[in-house]
Amino acid sequence: MARDTLTGSRIRERRIILGMKQAELARRVDISASYLNLIEHNRRRIGGKLLLDLAEILGVEPSVLTEGAEATLIGALREAALREGEAGAELDRLDEFAGRFPGWARLLAESRARIETLERSVEALTDRLAHDPHLADALHEMLSTVTSIRSTASILAEPGEIDPDWQRRFHRNIYEDSARLAESSRSLASYLEAEGKAAAESGTPQEEVDALFEAAQYHIAPLDAGEAADAVAEDLGRELSPIARALLRRAFRRYAEDAAMMPLDKVLEAVVVTGTDPLALARRFGTDPARAMRRLATLPADAPCGSVGLAICDASGVFTFRKPLPDFPIPRFGADCPLWPLFAALSRPMSVLSRVLQSAGRQSGAVTAMAFAQPSGPPQVNREPVFEAHMMIAPAGPRGAETPEDVGITCRICPRAACPARREPSLLGDGLAQGF
Amino acid sequence: MSKRVMLIEDEPNIIEAISFILSREGLSVETHSDGTTANDKLRASTPDLLILDVMLPGKSGYDILRELREEAGTADLPVLMLTARGQSRDREMAERAGVSAFMTKPFSNTEMLEQVRALMAETS
Repeated sequence: MARDTLTGSRIRERRIILGMKQAELARRVDISASYLNLIEHNRRRIGGKLLLDLAEILGVEPSVLTEGAEATLIGALREAALREGEAGAELDRLDEFAGRFPGWARLLAESRARIETLERSVEALTDRLAHDPHLADALHEMLSTVTSIRSTASILAEPGEIDPDWQRRFHRNIYEDSARLAESSRSLASYLEAEGKAAAESGTPQEEVDALFEAAQYHIAPLDAGEAADAVAEDLGRELSPIARALLRRAFRRYAEDAAMMPLDKVLEAVVVTGTDPLALARRFGTDPARAMRRLATLPADAPCGSVGLAICDASGVFTFRKPLPDFPIPRFGADCPLWPLFAALSRPMSVLSRVLQSAGRQSGAVTAMAFAQPSGPPQVNREPVFEAHMMIAPAGPRGAETPEDVGITCRICPRAACPARREPSLLGDGLAQGF
Repeated sequence: MSKRVMLIEDEPNIIEAISFILSREGLSVETHSDGTTANDKLRASTPDLLILDVMLPGKSGYDILRELREEAGTADLPVLMLTARGQSRDREMAERAGVSAFMTKPFSNTEMLEQVRALMAETS
């Protein structure tokens, strides 16, 4: 059921919350109770004066009745239903569910998000256990020591006499090995406690940094105030794992450079005129569009130009920064849509690509995406440059007749049929029709 | 003349315990703890059995094993590999490198002796 056909359900929900009888509401808007009943069961569409009257009496904006639950919530529920396909969630009634039971819907969406985070943490921990060189060395040390103790103790425990010299040597060996074992097991326990805590809380180091930026709403005030990047990273990143702290230091150094080139007070003045146009902002400050995008994405939440999203990826497509928007999620795990201009920019460096995008299959608003790729460091003699791409996303304004391009968020839940960029079959359609 | 076993292992106390056990069996034991010189030692004086640790300074037990399997004089030498890594992929790596038998640390002296006797019996 489409979202705009659920106005009646929302009217009913709002009326019940207010404890108002159907007949009373019908009388106050001057229609029959039976007609209101049809409206509330979504069997009659309404608009115009009747909608305005109902909204006024129910004490809400008309848009609350017509638009209902946020698109983000709907999207999160859709993804939860698709990932747990065997549960048989009624996708065709998803919007009705979100509209009628917003609290339960939020709980479900948040629980699913939490499960996903925990699953990633388990993966990260498993990966760490399998590949961590420190852990491998520590276990090797412990097993070697245990082997030595076991072998030596067996010799001493055997019946019969052992030469006193050998006996003394074996006793000494067991003593030394037991001391080593005690030390290595203590060291291993401390390491697992410290590392396990960081990994279990936030997954990979990049995810730890992402989570820190998200918690700060992407604005790091001490850096804008001119504080030293490394000191701020040390302070804010004290709970992070060592690798995440290293990533944070790099991110904060770049933030500090950006802030020095484009001071916050001047940017806030400028965006009153330029809005979220990174090219116009870059021209004002004599800098490149990528820096302007980063500054726009890290402005305080109450900046006059509104909030923008940003994705930065390296030349292999791995995200090094992600700030999603409610209407345009950015997957955490690198399974994003190859149709995003972010990736096209990597093959057209130094050109700003601008597109209006619509997330396929989502009933969210369109966004404007501007993407730009440039070398990630200064030129070097006889060295190919390594590129880095930025894609800034902002809610699409009125752009005339420009038709949004359908792109996905991730192949798994994208309904686009016969997409040339499809990497894997979608849960939403027939695999054969998708070319699989 | 007693049979000769070469033990390449970097843990001194394991070397001491294994040497004691094998000597008591009437075997002659030569020990080394450095991976980089292991193949030279084997070339210079090929034993009847090699007991080889995996994680050695300078060169891994797998590399030593692969190299000795490529040389005519040691291609058929019985090799008992000792490792603290008992995962299936470690066993596969050892098998691919040409190991004769594989034991995971910590092992019992009895099990190790049985393996040594079995490998010696194959060559006699």
